[in-house]
Amino acid sequence: MARNIKLRIWRGDSTDGGLKDVVVEANEGEVVLDVIHRVQATQMGDLAVRWNCKAGKCGSCSMEINGKPRLACMTQVASFGEQETITVTPLRAFPIIKDLVTDVSFNYKKAMEIPAYEHPKELAPGEARMQQIDVERSQEFRKCIECFLCQDVCHVVRDHEENKKSFAGPRFFIRIAELDMHPLDMLKNRKKTAQEEHGLGMCNITKCCTEVCPEHIKITDNAIIPMKERVADIKYDPVRWLGTKIRKREGL
Amino acid sequence: MTLERHTYDVLVIGAGGAGLRAAVEARESGLRVAIICKSLFGKAHTVMAEGGAAASMGNVNDKDSWMVHFRDTMRGGKFLSNFRMAELHAKEAPDRIWELETWGALFDRTKEGKISQRNFGGHEYPRLAHVGDRTGLELIRTMQQKIVQLQQKDGRETGDMESGIKVFAELTITDILKENGKISGAYGYWRESGEEVLFEAPAVVIATGGVGKTFKITSNSWEGTGDGHALALKAGANLVDMEFLQFHPTGMVWPPSVRGILVTESVRGEGGVLTNNLGERFMFKYIPDVFKDKYADNEAEADRWYVDQDNNRRPPELLPRDEVARAINTEVKSGRGTEHGGVFLDVSKRISADIIKKRLPSMWHQFYELAGVDITKEAMEVGPTCHYVMGGVEVEPDTAAAIGVPGLFAAGEVAGGMHGSNRLGGNSLTDLLVFGRRAGMGAVEYVKKNGANPVSEAATTAAANKIQAPFDREGGENSYSLHAELQEITHNLVGIIRTGSELKDAITKIAEIRKRSANVSVSGGRKFNPGFHLAFDLDNMLLVAESTAKSAINREESRGGHTRDDFPIMNEKWRQINNISSFDGNQVSIREQALPAIPKELFDLFDIHELEKYMTPEEIAKGGSN
Amino acid sequence: MSGVFSPTRARIKERTLRTDKWWLQPLVTFGVLISFVIYATFRAFEGANYYKDHLISPFYSPCLSDACLPEATILGFTPFAKEIFNFPLSPALIILIFPLGFRMTCYYYRKSYYRSFWMSPPACAVAEPHKKYTGETRFPLIIQNSHRYFFYAGLLLNVILTYDAIISFKNPEGQWGHMSVGSLVLVVSSTMLWLYSMSCHSCRHTIGGRLKNFSKHPVRYKLWSWVSVLNHKHQQFAWFSLAAVAFADIYVRQVATGAWTNFYFF
Repeated sequence: MARNIKLRIWRGDSTDGGLKDVVVEANEGEVVLDVIHRVQATQMGDLAVRWNCKAGKCGSCSMEINGKPRLACMTQVASFGEQETITVTPLRAFPIIKDLVTDVSFNYKKAMEIPAYEHPKELAPGEARMQQIDVERSQEFRKCIECFLCQDVCHVVRDHEENKKSFAGPRFFIRIAELDMHPLDMLKNRKKTAQEEHGLGMCNITKCCTEVCPEHIKITDNAIIPMKERVADIKYDPVRWLGTKIRKREGL
Repeated sequence: MTLERHTYDVLVIGAGGAGLRAAVEARESGLRVAIICKSLFGKAHTVMAEGGAAASMGNVNDKDSWMVHFRDTMRGGKFLSNFRMAELHAKEAPDRIWELETWGALFDRTKEGKISQRNFGGHEYPRLAHVGDRTGLELIRTMQQKIVQLQQKDGRETGDMESGIKVFAELTITDILKENGKISGAYGYWRESGEEVLFEAPAVVIATGGVGKTFKITSNSWEGTGDGHALALKAGANLVDMEFLQFHPTGMVWPPSVRGILVTESVRGEGGVLTNNLGERFMFKYIPDVFKDKYADNEAEADRWYVDQDNNRRPPELLPRDEVARAINTEVKSGRGTEHGGVFLDVSKRISADIIKKRLPSMWHQFYELAGVDITKEAMEVGPTCHYVMGGVEVEPDTAAAIGVPGLFAAGEVAGGMHGSNRLGGNSLTDLLVFGRRAGMGAVEYVKKNGANPVSEAATTAAANKIQAPFDREGGENSYSLHAELQEITHNLVGIIRTGSELKDAITKIAEIRKRSANVSVSGGRKFNPGFHLAFDLDNMLLVAESTAKSAINREESRGGHTRDDFPIMNEKWRQINNISSFDGNQVSIREQALPAIPKELFDLFDIHELEKYMTPEEIAKGGSN
Repeated sequence: MSGVFSPTRARIKERTLRTDKWWLQPLVTFGVLISFVIYATFRAFEGANYYKDHLISPFYSPCLSDACLPEATILGFTPFAKEIFNFPLSPALIILIFPLGFRMTCYYYRKSYYRSFWMSPPACAVAEPHKKYTGETRFPLIIQNSHRYFFYAGLLLNVILTYDAIISFKNPEGQWGHMSVGSLVLVVSSTMLWLYSMSCHSCRHTIGGRLKNFSKHPVRYKLWSWVSVLNHKHQQFAWFSLAAVAFADIYVRQVATGAWTNFYFF
């Protein structure tokens, strides 16, 4: 049951660009990426779009659909009204390359700034013992497919280019949380650097990252807020601070 | 404009599991490494692997050992696997998994806190290390982060994080370059800008994955265009047994937005049942003689296996993939399929919605969100989809060195031999790790022995001209339509069931398309132009298709991922033969080559009666080589 | 030009291309919160109509100043004077700072007022109007990190308000074993407050969230799991408890002014 739908696709590059109207056929059960491919094959041979798995597992086809950051392969055409025009634009927090493709290198730079996992030296391969309940919290964050929709929607950088220097973004807050909650990670100062180097304090927990996450990771409730609380433990809680001094405990 | 040039010790083409593991190995040995990926870093097809990584750690059943794993692998590959590769794989897989853990991977755990292992088709014991159903993602992420760790270390030492290992994302390699008969580097272009890049490196590791896009229905993404297979062929390497393609038995056939997407074998491992349109659980009819003693022949026993695996034979839904694929194909062709040409796979009747969501979370999530199908409530419609190529670059097992091209290495799906005629589920992820590492080691050894091998001006110019050519042609062929024609041919004539006459037809037609493809022209600029990108991918797919069709017509038997209607049974004679493809610059030719003989100590791991099903009496009498 | 209008970004002139009613939720939130603030301010300064027949308004409990009706105090404990510097000090003003602080620093309310009052951002993928943004890194917003202390204070208040709810099971003559609509109102409001407090992110952290290895602390893990379940509903509890407390105060006030009669079931 094919029908024609109306699309508005942003076309252009760093010099200029604008929304172009097209009418394209859509079949039952198709997603926005399917119809973009049809536009590409039939009307705009050089329309640039990133995609890979078309199964919501690789996080390549991130774009903004009717103003909302989404994966095009996970957005069903049927979720829009029959007469509705579907507007498709590139991610608006990152520099434009061409059409629906943006330069997401910001995220890879930030990834390189997060201190890596540190395995206990005395623990040889195969000797690690971890309980399922101890790995579950970090496992949730490792579901991340790096679509960078959270990075795109976060107003800290979306609306303030200048903050990109000092703010790692939600994707990397869950990475920090993952490591800080990893039962075997040996690196001690993740809370401190999260606050002082990666800009955890910039987050005002308005939860847009959680709203757009296609993996439904509870970024704010399970990673950012727990990290803020852990930071408070070592930086803003005089009683705990005193406790760690007296009992010589690691700043937990 | 000056050409962008880079010089490295090792160039890794492909940033999936094998490529990253090779890069880590080479960097840890002190070499400078470049990693090339066609898409963004971390998006490789490895992320799609769901079931797990097979390694005989024996965490769930301590009867498991590398010998059992080796046996399962050989059996699954119908004794056509390169024994040495299967041996190395089975022996080293546990170490590779444990190593990932020291890099921060978080696998699901057993009660004792060890890495949990699950059952999978063709594996005698629970053997697959897993993380829910996103194990491939865990592997990629872990190695991606390991690379970041190495970069941070380099950063501390040199002040430049990318001094020792650098990722070149969204870059396509169009040529592997040689000087004096040895590898000297590679040439390619940035997908973003269309601008060209020259890499000089004495060692190149190919880890480009599969060829699925040669076919019409496939689980592979756009990247699976057989680039590495073709690059290696053109560089003078051989491909081995390209006729063996794994059609995953359970790809979604309906609805269209998820067509081709895999339904992981764990759905069957967790109790999913296959039925035809009569409601019949048909797999019991398709248990081959060689598997009769391992698989239940009645529903009662099959059902009991889920709770007591020691005293019952496993359900036939867990037969090796090729058997399941063939069974589904037969059901559909006999008119017992669904209206969309598949069969039903139902997990909702046996286990509760909560457990399905817990054990198969991304399966559930994926189909619910992509297509509005709730697998906890309704059956899926599934059928065979092109999934994996067993054939690939012929390599030395221990070093992953491509035979015939000094300095060239290949690992992962692009390498051939390891899986024989059929790959067991779960073996690919450990294949990536084991041979990725070995390719890295092989490259290191080679570079230390041979040193740099500069690229000549002539080679550079030739490579550059090739990239410009489609822009200079006007009014030529359209690469999209040629690709579609090729897919139609492979789907219809070189698909899951083949016959001699059709294959002959296919070979002629593929040759015609190749002729026309020399005249492909591209419209638009160089900047992120998908039409331009496809022009090069198409060239690779044509070579792969030719090699597959020619190997397929040569092998006159049915075995694993190669089924001939005109030669429906397995033939001992063909078990001793590898089809070797080579390329003379014009066309692919096939030569038969004897399989290396299995040494006595590995031969003795098998029950003689089992071997009798595969080997000639003379081979049995010999009892393996020394 | 900054933000989505930066020169490097795709040239799109709209602040947002969202087509849904994204402004509705911040608007409603703004309306409800501002109404509550106005009412609470009025009540905090009223200094009357907060007690009647063993019913005490949660806004005025514990009643700690000399201005309190003797029946409304806890065993006559009134450490505060009637007025400070000739300024009459309503008993509500002394204690309201704690629940106010708890809610102001609450992770959920922060989201809602940053969005609806400060429009930072007004809704997801809708450009905010501010030129600069530093988040919670400096004064005054760095004070948000004191949330746990308000949580501790909140717990103490919950104990007192629960005590108030128990007291309300007396009849006007002071005999136990009676129940009125007022007792129900106080029970609901104190229960909602407990749920709100126990579902708090700081509570979740304190009770187990800060641990690295759950398996070594099975009891705290169990508690953490329960609190986590509540935590998923923190937003709902935040609103329900706000409404319940406001209603409890309105109810007591209406009864105290005589506008409503507190009906006794038995």
